[in-house]
Amino acid sequence: MSATPFLVLSAILFTIGCVGVLTRRNAIVVFMCVELMLNASNLALVTFSRVNGNLDGQVAAFFVMVVAAAEVVVGLAIIMTIFRTRRSASVDDASLLKY
Amino acid sequence: MFVPLQESVPVVAPSAAGGVFSLLWVIIALPAMGAAVVLLLGNTRTSKWAHLLGCATVIVSFVISLVAFFALLGRDTGSRQIGQTLWSWVDAGSFKVDMALLYDPLSAVFLLLITGVGALIHVYSVGYMEHDVRRARFFAYLNLFVAAMLMLVLADNYLGMFLGWEGVGLASYLLIGFWQHKPSAAVAAKKAFVVNRVGDVGMALGTMMVFATFGTVTFAGVSAAAGRADETTMTILGLLFLLAACGKSAQVPLQSWLLDAMEGPTPVSALIHAATMVTAGVYLVVRSNFIYDYAPVAQTAVVVVGAVTLLWGAVIGCAKDDIKKALAGSTMSQIGYMMLAAGLGPAGYAFAIFHLLAHGFFKANLFLGAGSVMHAMDDDVDMRHYGALQKALPVTFLTFAVGYLAIIGVPPFAGFWSKDKIIEAAFADNLVVGLAALLGAGVTAFYMTRVMLMTFLGRKRWADGVHPHESPKVMTVPLILLAALSAVGGLLVFGGWIDHWLEPVAGAEPHANGEINVLLMSLVILVTVAVGIAIAWLTVGRNEVPRTAPANVSVFTKAARADLYGDAINEELFMRPGDRFVNGLVTFDDRGVDGVVNGTAGAFGGMSGTFRRLQTGFVRSYALSVLGGAVLVVLALLAVNFA
Repeated sequence: MSATPFLVLSAILFTIGCVGVLTRRNAIVVFMCVELMLNASNLALVTFSRVNGNLDGQVAAFFVMVVAAAEVVVGLAIIMTIFRTRRSASVDDASLLKY
Repeated sequence: MFVPLQESVPVVAPSAAGGVFSLLWVIIALPAMGAAVVLLLGNTRTSKWAHLLGCATVIVSFVISLVAFFALLGRDTGSRQIGQTLWSWVDAGSFKVDMALLYDPLSAVFLLLITGVGALIHVYSVGYMEHDVRRARFFAYLNLFVAAMLMLVLADNYLGMFLGWEGVGLASYLLIGFWQHKPSAAVAAKKAFVVNRVGDVGMALGTMMVFATFGTVTFAGVSAAAGRADETTMTILGLLFLLAACGKSAQVPLQSWLLDAMEGPTPVSALIHAATMVTAGVYLVVRSNFIYDYAPVAQTAVVVVGAVTLLWGAVIGCAKDDIKKALAGSTMSQIGYMMLAAGLGPAGYAFAIFHLLAHGFFKANLFLGAGSVMHAMDDDVDMRHYGALQKALPVTFLTFAVGYLAIIGVPPFAGFWSKDKIIEAAFADNLVVGLAALLGAGVTAFYMTRVMLMTFLGRKRWADGVHPHESPKVMTVPLILLAALSAVGGLLVFGGWIDHWLEPVAGAEPHANGEINVLLMSLVILVTVAVGIAIAWLTVGRNEVPRTAPANVSVFTKAARADLYGDAINEELFMRPGDRFVNGLVTFDDRGVDGVVNGTAGAFGGMSGTFRRLQTGFVRSYALSVLGGAVLVVLALLAVNFA
């Protein structure tokens, strides 16, 4: 089994996520794109784990999932709060913390 | 003319204190305690008894000094140096100094002068300062002064002497500015302090150099090792101590503060600025005889300073209408005589100290007399407003007259013996110096006769509201005692007593001035004095003295009235360049140093102003920079791995 298709898929997913983070304004979409990048990297980790025949990569993938879950909890809470106060979910509107 | 008398330089080698000599420290401790008690409790709490405490401490110190003096007289010449170590003062590596006292013939006569004249002036001050609400504080300062002055003359090393030296400077400052509500007094105090600091630099550097050269600062150690140092070192040391002496003793070129110091209360002028503190410079030179005997150049400098000052002060004294300033000029001049004598080496040390003692008596007498006159004239100091006071103030007049006869050197009063000796020694040394001293005697006679004529004789020139009255007993009794001392003080000279007395300290006088006829010399001096008196009579006594000083006077009178432009010289030579230098430094600091510091800060500030624009607050631009960074890292890794 060749690892290449998996890695290519991983790279494509990561790139989509990356572009989404940079270009979209809606906080929820940006958030989903971040998740997409995390899962792309998870796919790469699992692939390499399979290729190399040890479980380290899969363990790392689980860690990423746990962190991602925690991040979702905090991140969604922040987005909800901002939406409630400003009636907007655009990341460009929340730009008070600047020079 | 200056031959260092190597074999005759005496070595200070004190023996341990016993008997009455173990009480030496009490002499200093009593006035110090008096000052501490009154100053710590404050003026109002002590105002009822502070003057009694002040007088009592000094009188007890005087009694102990007197007993110690007679105990010293009872010893033979060889064992007349007594040391008392109190405690270890400084112990830093090889620099060890004990708080130790040295009681020898020189300190013995100084103790008697300081505590004796000091006690009389304390008693006089009880009356003089009676109506001053801050009298308690005044007595505390006087006690502080006496304690510091005793420390100065009793210390057995240069560091202890420095302690006393600074202490008397502080007391002098506090007392000149005692009436600090008068701006002139505050300024005079500051001036005295600043000018004295210049001299103190010499004292401090001299002390350090003594330690660097000899590894010790005790008189015993330095005198024993003095012969081993080279002459250049000794000359520098001598000049440094001369600078110190010039500051404290108001000698040219550091003379300018003494005339202003007369802003202080009159007892202060009598005690500090006539009898004791201003003679500390002479004490320093005589005490350091083991240095000066090996430094002929420094000795010559001392003689020159003395000769210049004795004329300088005398000329100023001639033109002053303020009775205290006329006497202050006279003090400068008389200390000039002492310095001159001290610079003559073993031939002159004893005469310097002898004149110092005599001067302490008659000048304190004259100043207290002036204070009594001022007391009677509602604190008016202008002699042009006096005249014909001999009827109103008989006791003051008679005592002042004794002081007058003593200072101009009429036999048999004290000044005759002491001044004649100095003039003789000066002629034996050098004709020019001798002539200067002789001329000084004539000028002294002139200005003192002028003071006498303008104050006590002639027609009365008082304002209508003034009613002169004799001072109370508490003031006249010290005057009478001081007048008696001025009259008989000359007896010390008989049989060469003072010479032999100081031999353990200053060495034996080489009997080299045999070619001078002493009687003829005295005659010449008396004639000079008579000429001075005659000129004073012709110019001041015969004519009516105007109530205001005439303005169209000769250049010389104008110069003397302006203290021979001493202040102007100081201002032009030191103050203005100093001001310019300091202004330059301030400009350099403001523009240069601050410029660099502020410029650096400004540059960083400007850069921050530009760079902070990067913080846009847009999450997506931050994400882009994170991406850019990550890409860079990846590229770098690739470059490292494939290169």
